[in-house]
Amino acid sequence: MRFIPHTEDEVQAMLEAIGASSVDDLFRCIPEKLHLERELDLPLGAGEQTVLSELSALAKRNTDASGHDWFLGAGTYPHFSPAVIDTVASRSEFLTAYTPYQPEMSQGTLQTIFEWQTMTAGLTGMEVSNASMYDGASATAEAALMALRITRRNKVVVAAGLHPHYRDVLATYLSGLGCELVEGERAGDGRSAPVDGLIDGDTACVIVQQPNFFGCLEDVVGWAETAHAAGALLVASVAEALSLALLTPPGEQGADVVCGEAQSFGLPMGFGGPHLGFLAARQSHVRQMPGRLAGETVDGEGRRGFVLTLSTREQHIRRERATSNICTNQGLCLLMATVYLALHGRHGLRALAEANLAKAEYAKARVRETPGLSLPFSAPTFNEFVVGLPGPAAEALGRALDAGAVGGLDLSAYAPDLGDALLVCTTERASRQAIDRLVAALAGGAR
Amino acid sequence: MSSAPGSVESLGHATRGLAWEEPLLFERGRPGRKGVDLDPLDVPEVDPKQLLGEAAVREEIPELPELSEVDVIRHFTRLSTWNYAVDLGLYPLGSCTMKYNPRLNEKVARLPGFAEIHPLQPPEQSQGILELMVRLEEALAEISGLDRVSLQPAAGAQGELAGIMMIRAYHEQRGDPRKKVLIPDSAHGTNPASAALNDFECVPIPSGADGVLHPESVAEVMGPDVAGLMLTNPNTLGLFEEHIVRICEIVHEQGGLVYGDGANLNALMGRSRPGDMGIDVMHFNLHKTFSTPHGGGGPGAGPVGVKNILAPYLPIPVARRDGDRFALDYEFPHSIGRLHGSFGNVGMLVRAWAYVRSLGRDGLRQCSDMAVLNANYLLARLRERWHVPYDRPVMHECVLSDKLLEDCKVTTLDVAKRLIDYGYHPPTIYFPLVVHGALMIEPTESESLEGLDRFAEALLSIEREAREDPDVVRSAPHRTPRSRLDETRAARKPILRWQPS
Repeated sequence: MRFIPHTEDEVQAMLEAIGASSVDDLFRCIPEKLHLERELDLPLGAGEQTVLSELSALAKRNTDASGHDWFLGAGTYPHFSPAVIDTVASRSEFLTAYTPYQPEMSQGTLQTIFEWQTMTAGLTGMEVSNASMYDGASATAEAALMALRITRRNKVVVAAGLHPHYRDVLATYLSGLGCELVEGERAGDGRSAPVDGLIDGDTACVIVQQPNFFGCLEDVVGWAETAHAAGALLVASVAEALSLALLTPPGEQGADVVCGEAQSFGLPMGFGGPHLGFLAARQSHVRQMPGRLAGETVDGEGRRGFVLTLSTREQHIRRERATSNICTNQGLCLLMATVYLALHGRHGLRALAEANLAKAEYAKARVRETPGLSLPFSAPTFNEFVVGLPGPAAEALGRALDAGAVGGLDLSAYAPDLGDALLVCTTERASRQAIDRLVAALAGGAR
Repeated sequence: MSSAPGSVESLGHATRGLAWEEPLLFERGRPGRKGVDLDPLDVPEVDPKQLLGEAAVREEIPELPELSEVDVIRHFTRLSTWNYAVDLGLYPLGSCTMKYNPRLNEKVARLPGFAEIHPLQPPEQSQGILELMVRLEEALAEISGLDRVSLQPAAGAQGELAGIMMIRAYHEQRGDPRKKVLIPDSAHGTNPASAALNDFECVPIPSGADGVLHPESVAEVMGPDVAGLMLTNPNTLGLFEEHIVRICEIVHEQGGLVYGDGANLNALMGRSRPGDMGIDVMHFNLHKTFSTPHGGGGPGAGPVGVKNILAPYLPIPVARRDGDRFALDYEFPHSIGRLHGSFGNVGMLVRAWAYVRSLGRDGLRQCSDMAVLNANYLLARLRERWHVPYDRPVMHECVLSDKLLEDCKVTTLDVAKRLIDYGYHPPTIYFPLVVHGALMIEPTESESLEGLDRFAEALLSIEREAREDPDVVRSAPHRTPRSRLDETRAARKPILRWQPS
């Protein structure tokens, strides 16, 4: 077996040193009746050539974005990823290291985390960011748990525009603690309707997604005022992190916690994971934050260095009184996003966000002028929007696929009241011609 | 560095090398530099402020740098050289299973048919990945002796959360809600933290003088208000819980369930199965046992497996076979719900499946065999000069302590820092909590005999140094670009970000 170096002679020599007669002998500490007396019911191992060919065959049975125009987003976005990102993420020293428990031999990872924390704080308009969460959904759930701890209240109110999967994960996390979860309604323009009637003195936080699941921009300032008036926190959840390069950050609009998903920063769609949850907050709440934090310090000679810090919040120290059960998690994804942000930089990221906005505006204009298609919502959008269709969404998606495009998300399962509708996303990868082809296919005029 | 303190050169150990002082990203670069050339816009430009309103559009972000592609790749390449990694050498972090990460797995995970697919595509466009997921579920069930597996949890801690939630849901569904969870004192910190996220009261159980859990101690605290027991087997001392069958019976007799922490599954593959021991639910750490890279701290993957009695509670959706097709199953009436925005860390599942296929039934067993051989061999090499708090045959890891170094006033932390000078990542230290000054060593099956010998010689040499020249150990590391970092200062006045001037 190519991953195992032991020769037969070495095994014998090692057994002798141990004082064991055989490898079986080493398993004597397992009671006899627990020994598996048969081989595992799995195939025999295989060489690289066979494994590669088997997995390539499986990969070919998926419809992928390398050969299709792509308009499906809804929380997982088809952005372009520069080659440098995978090059850096493939460095053995990053790829095959673990949690930086020993800072003297982990400065590479620690400094990267510190840089990520800095850029995330800047993007969200917050004071501090942690070193990542599993994904946008669990980051949102952890933000709610954080609000429950800070306010010592028991109820969470969510705006209608929160991604339905985020809401589901939130419900799962809250169910363990017996907390109440209530949800508002959608307004006619695609935004979330106000939830004033749902908020009371036991409300720990209000959660609003920006842009919301339907792509519409919410009035975060108004939501913050509503939450704060009741003594609750405002949690702003961001599923499309690129929007933070263009829109006024929730942190400057009164949000107390800004969390979400940073897959857009150079991570592959990868059937939904691994992605990169983030969570940023005010300095005053830092001791209630979940997850790892890297901090600056000095070594014995006074030179700057970085360490994991404030770990008395965490499970390995505080056990059942920890702020979360989370350990380190999306480390390599954090590295990739940090490289992505470093490459794009201050002006590149903004230009990219503006290009996304321009593509969506172009697509919306084409939809607006195409008979049979409509834009049911009037609220402004970033790079994703809802399209009303002349017939069932599944059929429209079939026509789009025939024209070489994965055309968007069929909303029939998510918002049946909208009738035949699609959620369509246009990133920088959507060319003008591809948008034209999609619009024609959705209208039924393709082929 | 001069050769006086810490002259440790010998073939295979660390030696001097070039390292570069690397500033923060924000201290590099020049205004106007850029690291990407975006394609020219092929649609009409828009004015964001006009379109969205002045207030909706932000100002410049001073926390983003201005760098060329060359700046960026040098920055991160230089930073990488300040890291230690499995690809550089032995990384014996106990209970972390830092085994070799096969590169084929990286290659297959990057195939467009896995990397560039979307979780909300209809199943007919995702047959290949769904088949892979089903095959992995089936393999994990077979390896563990459990009936069903959900691949959704993104990490071991989330798998644990899923498991304990299922236990809670099971009791509630039966109209018998319970309040307490039993946790041995040698358990990982995530165990009580996950239980607390379910509002369970954690009841600690002491390990016996022989390092394992005894049925009497469990019986003493087991009662009708106890939802279950959380157990790691082999435990964090590397010892097989030899009374596990009786312990599971005691818990089951009073209606409780047994949670198995799968952190240490690398000791058991093809040899013994948790499901056969009486475990009802456990998580797998694909980044440990199944070789997906640790990535500087994730992404991992923490699938959770259950016996049939808990299957109705699995997180949804679960991938399943439907004749010769593959589908996503949401039909779990008592499901605890969703834990992940999509289906978990699927890219890690692809790597883990490539690993299972590469090793097969023969190779998986060989992994566990050699992992156990390696740990016992290290113990045999070290036990004469090092204190072994529970000196008995171990499985995949062994635990030493600094007890014999007390006279020289050298601690486990000093030993760990000195190991760095020899070119090794230190073991897990000060854990498990039941051993004072613990050094928890898990060599994994990846290490060759000569590699183990070199590591043993390093520890023996440090033990000599502690007696003859304790200062060199106490002031280690000497060879790293930074000496010991002031963690107290970092926590007292936290600086968690760079500030634009």
